[in-house]
Amino acid sequence: MSGRELMSADDLRRAVVRLSHEIVEEAHGAAGLVLVGLHTRGAPLAERMATLISGFESAAVPWGTLDVSLHRDDLGRRGVRPALHRSEIPVGITDKDVVLVDDVLYTGRTIRAALDALNDFGRPRRILLAVLVDRGHRELPIRADFVGKNVPTRRDEEVQVLLRETDGRDAVLLLAREGD
Amino acid sequence: MARDDLQTAPVNGAARSSGAVIAAEHGTRSSAIAGAEPGAGARGAAQAAAGRWLHHHVLDLDDFSRDEIEYVLETTDAMREVLARDVPRVPALRGTTVATLFYEASTRTRASFELAGKVLGADVINVSASGSSVEKGESLVDTVRTLRAIGVNILVMRHKSSGAPYLAAAHTDAAVLNGGDGWHAHPTQALLDLYTMQSRLGSLRGRRVAIVGDIAHSRVARSDIWGLSVMGAEVVLCAPPTLLPAGLGRRVQTEQEEVALPGVTIEPQIERALRGADVVMTLRLQHERMHSGLLPSLREYSRRYGITSERVALAAPHALVMHPGPMNEGVEIAPDVARSVQSVIEEQVTNGVAVRMALLYLIGRGA
Repeated sequence: MSGRELMSADDLRRAVVRLSHEIVEEAHGAAGLVLVGLHTRGAPLAERMATLISGFESAAVPWGTLDVSLHRDDLGRRGVRPALHRSEIPVGITDKDVVLVDDVLYTGRTIRAALDALNDFGRPRRILLAVLVDRGHRELPIRADFVGKNVPTRRDEEVQVLLRETDGRDAVLLLAREGD
Repeated sequence: MARDDLQTAPVNGAARSSGAVIAAEHGTRSSAIAGAEPGAGARGAAQAAAGRWLHHHVLDLDDFSRDEIEYVLETTDAMREVLARDVPRVPALRGTTVATLFYEASTRTRASFELAGKVLGADVINVSASGSSVEKGESLVDTVRTLRAIGVNILVMRHKSSGAPYLAAAHTDAAVLNGGDGWHAHPTQALLDLYTMQSRLGSLRGRRVAIVGDIAHSRVARSDIWGLSVMGAEVVLCAPPTLLPAGLGRRVQTEQEEVALPGVTIEPQIERALRGADVVMTLRLQHERMHSGLLPSLREYSRRYGITSERVALAAPHALVMHPGPMNEGVEIAPDVARSVQSVIEEQVTNGVAVRMALLYLIGRGA
């Protein structure tokens, strides 16, 4: 496996700052905003954005985490069950502007599962989607509202997001599969 | 990629082979996650999970490693969160059919399995020995085959004979979950006990767990002892000699026995058994034991082995009082102890739903 760096630590930091600004602008401030990061790497991204927005707007922005494994449409097709995590959203989401945050947008199936899962927690006023990388190849009519970087990819490539909180460093890599 | 590389680099295509499963199992999980992460979180997590769950059936805890038990408990914790949602219903097992096949009476095990299946979106059908073809003389194996033929994927079974679920598992490709067999095993009860203790006490390593009562006839005690031993707890058994399993009390143990049951001691004197305990667990005393001559009278049993508040006071101040139910209040446990702040008996029942959800989820469609 060989990797090419798509985003450096600085690129990633700038993208997260820009996404945070775009989110507040679109939501007209921090009031009523809830960020929900998808396990695993959406969660630290949501936390970073919540911290940044809280700084811009001098108002605390709640953020939570969502594990969509129980809502996936391919559970029956996969031999192995994904490891489960608690979903923790500290506030009610009914009538709020919820921003789903994930690292990579690919087929859109994870986001479909997330939209389903959010229903268990309440009925938001609207749901927006922020992703660090959009790599294309959608299989569902889903698009992101905020994108850190659009990256054209082949299906046999993999986009790997590394974050300090989960991987010890910040970077986005494009990996080409070998002998697959 | 060469097989030899898998221990250090279970990445990419090779991560989907069984080699990566082994690598992940032996503690290179973090590298498996980092290396195999394809950018869509769940796939990497699935690969990491692969090494932690290899069971098709759950018949007893004697073939569970510490890592596997921990994995069930982590999954249980996520299921507790699902149960606390406004709408506790997820579609994970949609299209899966679970049958509870109970040849013996049960309230909590059956009800919690049924609820667990429904919360996960499975279809659940209940079959009792009474009122079914079993009364017409249908054999266990035929009943199991019939249920599989009508599309049952997961079979939850309770039977008065030890080993019955093993027989069932040998004759069907459906997944079999043991809901209690004879005096042998009750793995889901043991897992919910472990989860309850761990959620209250943190790590179980070095914790002193006193199990009081009819150990000999208790499938709960047997599975608890396995689970607690694997998790590193110290188990103290306290019972009249007639209600202790033969062989456990032997002074000289063979090397094999010591490996099988590390940290299990027998203390016939209840005050000494409870002193300093982190958990006081008592078992239901079945009245038929008395009729079969193993006990002189219920009153004497209660006087010598009943859990009273005076006796609980000998345990650690934070000690938990547990009972697998159903209780005979006033026999093995005093009513005020059963309802005291130290009692987690109701919490055990609630956790039972989450544990059974975790197992159904991990087993998946079964067949």
